Amino acid sequence: MTLDITDLKVTIGGKEILRGVDLSLQEGRVHGLAGESGSGKTMTGLAVLGLLPHGSRATGSIALGDRELLTLPPKELNRVRGGEVAMVFQDPATSLHPMLTIGKQLTEHMRHHLGVDKREARRRAVELLGKVRIPGAEEAYGRFPHQFSGGMRQRVAIAIALACSPKVLIADEPTTALDVTVQAGVLRLLRGLCDELGLAVLLVTHDLGVMSAVADEVSVMKDGLVVETGARGQVLREPAHPYTRSLLDSLPDAGSDPAPAPRSEDS
Amino acid sequence: MTLLAIDDLVVEHRSPGRPIVRAVAGASLSVGPGEVVGLVGESGCGKSTLARAVCGLNPVTEGSITFDGQPVTPLGLRRRKLTGIQMVFQDPYASLNPRRRVGDQIADGLRTSGDTATAPADLLERVGLPRDFVSRHPHEFSGGQRQRIAIARALAARPRLLIGDEPISALDASAQSQVATLMRDLAVDSGAGLLFISHDLSVVRLIADRIAVMYLGRIVEVGNTAEVWANPRHPYTQALLRAIPKPDGMGVLPAELPGDVPDPADPPAGCRFNPRCPQVMDVCRDKEPDFGPVACWLHEPK
Repeated sequence: MTLDITDLKVTIGGKEILRGVDLSLQEGRVHGLAGESGSGKTMTGLAVLGLLPHGSRATGSIALGDRELLTLPPKELNRVRGGEVAMVFQDPATSLHPMLTIGKQLTEHMRHHLGVDKREARRRAVELLGKVRIPGAEEAYGRFPHQFSGGMRQRVAIAIALACSPKVLIADEPTTALDVTVQAGVLRLLRGLCDELGLAVLLVTHDLGVMSAVADEVSVMKDGLVVETGARGQVLREPAHPYTRSLLDSLPDAGSDPAPAPRSEDS
Repeated sequence: MTLLAIDDLVVEHRSPGRPIVRAVAGASLSVGPGEVVGLVGESGCGKSTLARAVCGLNPVTEGSITFDGQPVTPLGLRRRKLTGIQMVFQDPYASLNPRRRVGDQIADGLRTSGDTATAPADLLERVGLPRDFVSRHPHEFSGGQRQRIAIARALAARPRLLIGDEPISALDASAQSQVATLMRDLAVDSGAGLLFISHDLSVVRLIADRIAVMYLGRIVEVGNTAEVWANPRHPYTQALLRAIPKPDGMGVLPAELPGDVPDPADPPAGCRFNPRCPQVMDVCRDKEPDFGPVACWLHEPK
């Protein structure tokens, strides 16, 4: 299933935050959304899930398959949210509930959305923890978020997002709070899951390096508008828009990078 | 001539009912006047503990820290004589007093250094903020502006060594390199040394003259920034640099460093990096390489 955003406009308190955003996500593809802070990347992600702040108005269209998400009644939107469209947030230290075991957080929405019984939910949860490569999935099921490291927590957050087999995953700066070595693992995991499960992923990030590593298509946002969209190689190597070029030029001289990374086989 | 000399520093955290954690286990480092040293490493490797020990905020278990030939003493309740070291903390939402005007907080620093000629507004100007912000409170500012105020406050005391403990990690991506460059420029202009701690190698590379790489309480490699970047010698440094994704549009996934940082309360025998090292040898499991500038048996000085 695809997600098509056309002419999305969001105003908060009379101020226009998004001024007509067009994006299209395909299954099995990672769509990267780049731009400075304040350019409206995160708002685009939140609008898809109907999580915009109070007092904001959204117009335009967000179509999931043949359903229009912006005009969906709350009850049906609740079925989409967490079920068909899931989100991974920036900071796993605050997006997970500190006082519930990760098992509880993994199975709660699964039982609600899929209507499975306790034992089945648990079985699926342990399987998911294995899939996101948490060592000792059985024991991890009963642990609390503070007993995990940052990278492991983000893996748990990804597992939670994947629990109801969504079609679309929105990842808002999923690796910004992590160390580079941990980031590498999480990026590989995201890419692998996207290929394996046929997810349509919207990856919001300011890091063009991250973008270059996992995204298939790249869109660049500025002041609430998408200024450039295209295939990864084209946008990052031959940017057509001056703003994209200035973003790339502001990077500390990427040409002289040493320590060539070995080409990955599993991408 | 070194300004700050850290020699074989050991800092232990003791908490009742828990094993003693050696957060810093024999680290040596020096910072000269006007020099910018970047200290990098993964979270939990002891970077912040080292910085806090240099400020006297954590007691030293073994080894020594000398600043300008004088040993650094733990910070107590009494008025401090050693105001030559100032620190900029990680979270500007927590390090500024929310109930006092920013001008008053900067004035504290000026009083410490006995500076009557400079006004707090002058310092705000130096960090690139309008002069009339002195009468505002911290909540009126964004994260990047707050961190600039924290830098102005640290500079007010006329430090000869400025320490930044992850001063940019709480900021938005667009503000990060600006604030880092500002810190570098201000420190170098005033002839002070700067010890800049960060887990973000790409920013450290921008501003540091020398890079020190820390792993599990020890400095594993020290060297000139350009050299370390172009030719990393310690396998851990190599892994760190390889993990940075490159914006070349090729779609190459960054290399992964397998395993997690071991528990500092129970470090592995021999070289601390040996369980994760791709080039591990027999000697690595027995003996800890305690030499520099590259603490690795592959690069043993002859």
